[in-house]
Amino acid sequence: MAGLTPVRLAPRRPARVRPAPWRPLVLLCAGLYFLVPLAASVIFTVDVPGEGITFDAYGRILGTDGFLTSLLLSLELAAATIAVVLLLMVPAMVALRLGAPRLRPVVEVVCSLPLVVPPIAFVAGLGTVLKWGPEHLSRTPLFQTFVAIQNPDFPVVLVLAYVVMALPFVHRALDAGLRAMDVRTLVEAARSCGAGRPQALVRAVLPNLRGALLNSAFLTLALVLGEFTVAQLLGFRPFAVWIVNVSGSQAQLSVAVSVLSLLVTWAMLLALASFGGRTRTASASGG
Amino acid sequence: MTAVVTEADPGLVAAASVKRRPRTGGWLAVLPLLAFVTIAFGLPALAMLNGAFTVKDPATGATSYTTANMTASVQGAYLTALLGSVELSAVSALLAAVLGLPLAQAVVTSRFPALREAVLTASGVLANFGGVPLAFAFVATLGNAGVLTRQFGLTDKGWDLYSFWGLAIVYLYFLIPLMVLTITPALDGLRVQWREAARNNGATGLQYWLHVALPVLAPSLLGGLVLLFGSAFAAYATAAAMVGSSIPLVTLQIADAISGNVLVGQENVALALSLDMVLIAGLVMAVYLPLRRRSARWLA
Repeated sequence: MAGLTPVRLAPRRPARVRPAPWRPLVLLCAGLYFLVPLAASVIFTVDVPGEGITFDAYGRILGTDGFLTSLLLSLELAAATIAVVLLLMVPAMVALRLGAPRLRPVVEVVCSLPLVVPPIAFVAGLGTVLKWGPEHLSRTPLFQTFVAIQNPDFPVVLVLAYVVMALPFVHRALDAGLRAMDVRTLVEAARSCGAGRPQALVRAVLPNLRGALLNSAFLTLALVLGEFTVAQLLGFRPFAVWIVNVSGSQAQLSVAVSVLSLLVTWAMLLALASFGGRTRTASASGG
Repeated sequence: MTAVVTEADPGLVAAASVKRRPRTGGWLAVLPLLAFVTIAFGLPALAMLNGAFTVKDPATGATSYTTANMTASVQGAYLTALLGSVELSAVSALLAAVLGLPLAQAVVTSRFPALREAVLTASGVLANFGGVPLAFAFVATLGNAGVLTRQFGLTDKGWDLYSFWGLAIVYLYFLIPLMVLTITPALDGLRVQWREAARNNGATGLQYWLHVALPVLAPSLLGGLVLLFGSAFAAYATAAAMVGSSIPLVTLQIADAISGNVLVGQENVALALSLDMVLIAGLVMAVYLPLRRRSARWLA
């Protein structure tokens, strides 16, 4: 045994001392690749050819036509989407933990389905459904519903689409949150202390789910703020669509808005990552 | 007899009723979710399926079922777009996997926990970063009037961001972080003992990687690869904001057809193309899920 220890240690020491030149090199290259476009974007917005350094592009943002309306629309859509997706998912996920375990694979498959259908294919189908309104239903009361959900001031149809697109991420976040606690025991304990079922849910389960709820809400917010495909193809004009529209005439301004929206989104997600701690958000990109 | 037992033991009754009651409640709580998905997701999916297999006679307005749309969607310009998407996704996924692996390994074997935390957090953020802002960041950097393009006169040297390779470089920006996130748990699962055992048996570092590490990592690597492929394949906003429709990609073709930028009556071909995409994405998932399960066997 005494003879074994040095044998095990001997090869380990050179491994630790051995300089690994590839490691700093890899990190340096990665750092350059990921930081240069960001730095260049900032330079692009402040260094206007012929004018020198100017922060004009950032100053103009607020006054630009459509900025506030599109941003507000995106924020309203995000709020509605978060509310709907949490109202649908939280009771379902908690109920699956308490009882009805046979439904769990069903819900898992249902929530993963949107991953298999790319957003562009989804919006192609959605557009077809929306066309049924004028084509087949113009004389039924359903037609009014079709018109109402496409109201450009607040397109409910986008909320429906975004809830579907957020399902996989919210499912994963809530599942991770629920996995970390014993819902059944918690509810039974609360019930033994005299709490009703709704009270047990609100006062005992939800506070323990705070991290997962925040996680879901932030992911959904990021998704809705950055969403372009569905909104553009259905003809609405939230934030991302507005940036692209404005880019044709004012390149500096659109990059400036991109930089800002990026910083805000990142600050949110970074705060979430440090706040939420263990649950890492490896979701598919909305690119 | 049973009645006597239940009467004698109220705790048992309570336990039984507590166990039974949530089951009905469970159904009720899941029902709104299922109903919502049926309407908001099922209807569009059905409409896509139905539209992909129907044509409308422009003269009579009558619809009939046919496979003509599906056939058209794998011919001519549509086939080019489909192949272009597959090629771009495959190339950028492969590059991201090859570049992401050493980055993840550098982070995993790093002696600084702070570096590891920072890179993983940044990866989580960057993997979710796609779409319009990403496109504009690269336009500002490497586009026609981009900072680097002007600085180094890249246009004269044949650089063009609005090309296949330009788009691949942009896609790497969210694919590499995604790869780092996917492969890090697998790299963490490589036991130090395996490396020591290999070294004690006289294996070089290269031999260790070829005969021990890579075979163990293979399912995770392949799983990550198909995940990246799917992610790149579905991407639309980045390409649309950057290149318009100058590069043949299936997402851009579908968007063109939906917005009526092509021949009238081609909407259903767009639906057929969408169905093609769903089939390919479904194939990707069918490959990914078993691989993920398999990789868990070694690295649990």
